This record gives sequence, structure tokens and C-alpha cells, in this order.
Amino acid sequence: MIIRILGEGQFRLDDKHLEDLNKIDNRIVDHVNKGDQIAFRKDLDKLISMAKDLGEPLDTVDIVQSDLIFPPEDMSFEEAKRVFSGTGIIRD
Amino acid sequence: MGLLDRMSTVVQAKMNKIMDKVEDPRETLDLSYEKQLELLQNVKRGVAEVTTSKKRIELQKAKLQMSIDKLDSQAKEALEANREDLARKALENKAVLQAQSATLDQQIADLENQQQKLMVAESRLATKVESFRTRKETIKAEYSAAEAQVKVTESVTGISEEMADVGLAVQRAEEKTENMKARSAALDELLESGTLEDHSGGDEIEKELTKVKAKGTVDDELARMKSEMKK
Repeated sequence: MIIRILGEGQFRLDDKHLEDLNKIDNRIVDHVNKGDQIAFRKDLDKLISMAKDLGEPLDTVDIVQSDLIFPPEDMSFEEAKRVFSGTGIIRD
Repeated sequence: MGLLDRMSTVVQAKMNKIMDKVEDPRETLDLSYEKQLELLQNVKRGVAEVTTSKKRIELQKAKLQMSIDKLDSQAKEALEANREDLARKALENKAVLQAQSATLDQQIADLENQQQKLMVAESRLATKVESFRTRKETIKAEYSAAEAQVKVTESVTGISEEMADVGLAVQRAEEKTENMKARSAALDELLESGTLEDHSGGDEIEKELTKVKAKGTVDDELARMKSEMKK
């Protein structure tokens, strides 16, 4: 699968990692709901470093759509809350 | 819904805004290309804005340092005049300003980081735009309108995702610089008004807390100054 880490570009990642990524992703949702900022930061770092460590960066000239979009690594807890509340981190 | 799904929704929404559907798919290519060039200009402006903000804060930090130095010499003068109370006050204020200075260091580092990120994003986008331009010409030359449709959708979707990404990076950088501008204007006012009484931004409790925390440092510094005077 092709993933995009916002602000970092695209990586090719083996599909077999999807389940592990999904577990961390679910934990992140939990942390945001519980307001646990420290655990949020830890798991977000983990999620992104996993994608970077296991993935191969795509050639910059390639123009392809991604299967998964990862948040920027410096996403703040406030931004994550806004994403989940549906207001999004993007202004209209 | 997980964070990754949410992020896809966020990016998709942004992409929908970027992508224009026109009758002739080949026209879509040209329209998209125009927008890419526009976005590239935008990123360049973003980089310039962040750079200006950084310079502004660096300047402010220099001013703050001057105030810190001034308070330091005032404390010495006060001690020489046997006014330990005044010296203590000056050193307390100095501690408050030093805390501000540390905050500015953090902001400068943060902006530096944003600047780097935007510059990398700009160069990545520029490469992709060039690659898109070549592909666009190939599609236009080699495919009929009907055949081009699939190729066009692929390319335009792919590049729109990149544009959504870069656009988002610019917005986040802008938001950060806006926040800092507001805080920095407040600090400027305090520095210019020269009221050494209130440098911490008006929050009395916070100011008192900083003073309490700085007490050890102030005591140490007073002692150091005194011993230097004896020499």
C-alpha cells in the first residue's frame, strides 16, 4: 500500500503491517477521547516512525494516490481533537 | 473511526476543492497545472512569511537581552548604593525576562522547523509539478479524449493529494506565525512601555510564581554580586 505522511511525502509499505498500524491508530483515538496527551504523543510518534522505518520512500517524480493518510508528525493534541470533533485541521 | 480514516477524510475534502471537473479531460490537465503553479507561489510566500516572523522574534530577543543586561547593571548599582531591596527587585524582573527569552528561543526553533519543512515541501511539489507537466503533454499528444480520461483522473488525483498536503502545511505554518505574531506584539508593547514592573504579560499569579521559582537564583546572584564587590 501507498501511504502519505502529511508534510513528509509518500512511502510504500507492505500490507501485512496494516493490522499493527490499526491497533496503534485505535489507541490514539482512545487517548484523544480520554484527554491523555502523553500517551497520545507517544503513540503518534510510534505510528509515524513505524511507517517511516518499515516503508520505502516513493520517488518524488511519482504521482500516485495514497491508500492511507498519516497526520503530520508534529500534530498537536489540540489539532487531533479538532480532527475528531469534525471541524478538521483545515480551514475552509 | 480512526485517526488515519479521519485524516483521509480531511485530505479528500481538501482535494475536492482543488479538483475541477471539466468536460474535456485534457482541459482538466491544464487547469490543474495552473493551480499547481499558483500553489507553488503560495508556498514561496509561506516560506517568506515564516522567515520574516523568525527575524522579528530574533530582533525581539535581542531587545529583551538588552533589558536583561540593563537590569543586571541596575542590580549592581543598587547594591553599590546599599539598596539590596532594589537590587533584589531588579534581579526578580531579570528572572521574569529570562523566562520570556527562553520562550522566544522555543518560538525561533519552532519557526525554523516550519521554514525547513515548507522548503522541503516546496522542492517536492516543484519536482512533481514538472513531472506532471511532462505527463500532461504526453497524455494530450498520445491519447484521444476518451482514452485520456483514465490517465487524467490518475494524474490529477495524485497531484491533487500532493497539493492538499502542501496546502495544509502552508496553512499550519500560517496559523503558527499568526499565533506568535499576537504574542510577540504583546511583548513588544511591554518592552517599549518600559514598565519593568509587568513583563510577564499581565498575569499576576504567573508573575508571582516566576518570582517565587526564581528566588533561589536571585539569592545566589545577589550573593555573587556582593562577593564580587568585596574584591
